[in-house]
Amino acid sequence: MYDMMNEKAAQAKDKKAALGPDIDLSSFTAEPTDHGYMEDLTKLPMIDRQRILESGVDATEEGRSGTYVQEDASVLHAHSLQDGLEVLPIKRALKEKDWIREYYWKLVAVDADKYTAAAQLNLQDGYVIRALPGAKVTLPVQACLYIHKEGLGQYVHNLIIAEEDSELHVITGCATSPTLKRGLHVGISEFFVKKNAMLSFTMIHNWAEEMSVRPRSVGVVEEGGLFLNNYICMKPVRSLQMYPTIHLAGKGAVSRFYSLLVGSPGSELDVGGRILLKAPETRAEIIARAISNGGRIINRGDLIGEVPGVKAHLECRGLMLRGGLIHAIPELQAKVDGVEMSHEAAVGKIAQEEILYLMSRGLTEDEATATIVRGFLSVDIPGLPPALKAEIDRAVEMSEKDYL
Amino acid sequence: MLKIEDLQVSIGDREVLQHIDLEIKPGETHILFGPNGSGKTTLLMTILGYPQYRVTAGKIEFKGVDITHMPVHERTRLGIGMSFQRPPTIHGLKTRQMVQICGRGAVDVEALAAKVNFTDFLERDINAGFSGGEIKRSELLQLMAQDADLLLFDEPESGVDLENIALIGNTISSLLQRDFRIDADLTQKDRRQQRTKMGLIITHTGFILDYVTADKGQVLYDGVMSCKSNPLEIFRCIKQAGYEECVRCTT
Ligand SMILES: Nc1ncnc2c1ncn2[C@@H]1O[C@H](COP(=O)(O)OP(=O)(O)OP(=O)(O)O)[C@@H](O)[C@H]1O
Ligand SMILES: [Mg+2]
Repeated sequence: MYDMMNEKAAQAKDKKAALGPDIDLSSFTAEPTDHGYMEDLTKLPMIDRQRILESGVDATEEGRSGTYVQEDASVLHAHSLQDGLEVLPIKRALKEKDWIREYYWKLVAVDADKYTAAAQLNLQDGYVIRALPGAKVTLPVQACLYIHKEGLGQYVHNLIIAEEDSELHVITGCATSPTLKRGLHVGISEFFVKKNAMLSFTMIHNWAEEMSVRPRSVGVVEEGGLFLNNYICMKPVRSLQMYPTIHLAGKGAVSRFYSLLVGSPGSELDVGGRILLKAPETRAEIIARAISNGGRIINRGDLIGEVPGVKAHLECRGLMLRGGLIHAIPELQAKVDGVEMSHEAAVGKIAQEEILYLMSRGLTEDEATATIVRGFLSVDIPGLPPALKAEIDRAVEMSEKDYL
Repeated sequence: MLKIEDLQVSIGDREVLQHIDLEIKPGETHILFGPNGSGKTTLLMTILGYPQYRVTAGKIEFKGVDITHMPVHERTRLGIGMSFQRPPTIHGLKTRQMVQICGRGAVDVEALAAKVNFTDFLERDINAGFSGGEIKRSELLQLMAQDADLLLFDEPESGVDLENIALIGNTISSLLQRDFRIDADLTQKDRRQQRTKMGLIITHTGFILDYVTADKGQVLYDGVMSCKSNPLEIFRCIKQAGYEECVRCTT
């Protein structure tokens, strides 16, 4: 199987991606150092602990049901704290678990572009998180992909599987060490939400100013399944391009995307979301909030209705805070009669009237601006456990100093 | 005390207020009448310090401080509060949070909301989809939390149904320390002496006069202030003879 994968990958290794500036992968040449396994994550240097904590990953593992931490190319820690939950490095899974073949490269095409190809040819590791049938894993599983080595290209592949009737919440943070300037992260993620299962996946990115980032994610949701996909990227990043795609394949499947984006000066974000409604009674919602603080943000959304009776809504709001660019590209495709799909996009700056209203209640102009921005970024995410809501709020709060 | 002297205000190139003089002493409440477009909202917004209302001459003094060019939030902190006619919606800001902002975190939001029947609205975004009457109650709730000394009301009762008028009237009256149902054994004179809150209320309907006993009334006509006298008398005159006639006979 892997020979065939490698062959396909080799053919695509120079294939440019459809979107985003082209990256010269050969310019990320640093050799990863082996960091070794760590039983106790609290032994991590404080500075690194703090940094991964900002992405929602707590070294004490308190209030978590499992943990995966990878630094550069090596797995620092991977284990589950709850019955019915599996957390393991993908390289080990590929060696030891037969069932992995049903998932690995089943949704993302290995030859989609040079990044998918490189993730196969240079695979370093990645996580497999799986909730067994019927398991209710109500505490979040935390996963962190951390880059320390200057100039490193990190290539990972992740699989998240919520078996039938299970519930699984994943918070995953990608971050770089405070000293790192330049690096590359390519991450393949494949999501499987089986019959009547629920998966929430909250990704918080804290990159560095010269980081290039190319996630490639595809998921499938079966009958009665629910997939919540939250994405937060508020720190500077050189170039980020991603377009996660979800297939609602079973009757009544539901998916909702929420993303919060901040484009800082020098940053270029091209973030989309695509949901295909392929079965009766499926529902989809994509909600994005983008703030430009001098950077460039392209926010895409694509809803595709393929059977009658489906419902979908797309909403993109942009706030121009201090120059830059916000380009909202919402798309709706109805392929049959009887679909109900809508979108709204609005881009503007903060209304002076709102600032004055808050000032008349005693806030300074800066406090008023911060309050309005916070309100702009606060979207209700039904079904998200409070602990994850708190992590999102914390990420928003922590990034405020960067743009307010 | 609020003291306005020979105030002139422009919006853009247009002069809206001319030679306005107004004095509100501690404990006093004034009623402001005037036809549409005469400059009533402009006067209140200028006292509050909204920058699009440009003071071209004259002076505003509050508590002995010259506030003519002071930023809005500093005036608020000095004790000026406003009930807006058409406040903006702020998405993502819950009414509860707004009331906390007004009360600088030191108020019992639930208890205050209960007073104006607003408990069910606390989790809604401020002013988002509020009906006309709901906006009035929301504004009063914010003013209660703010505990200002000079309260400016821009048509607090317009668009309010009959039952809620009583609620709003009584709430304003108690905000201005004029609620006779509180400390009913005090004499009128004691009341007047203890009272510190100042009020300036714009009204078209006059309904508010049934609930708030005001000290003075004035008519703003074409940007000019006139007819300083008893508010009930002025209201009667406006009803009978119209603004123009009323202004002519008293100036
Ligand atoms: N932003 C603005 N630009 C131009 N003209 C304005 C602006 N705001 C107010 N005006 C004008 O200034 C004048 C006074 O307006 P103001 O709102 O103070 O009237 P008002 O007495 O409160 O009227 P109403 O009883 O209808 O509320 C009006 O002619 C109005 O059109
Ligand atoms: Mg008005």
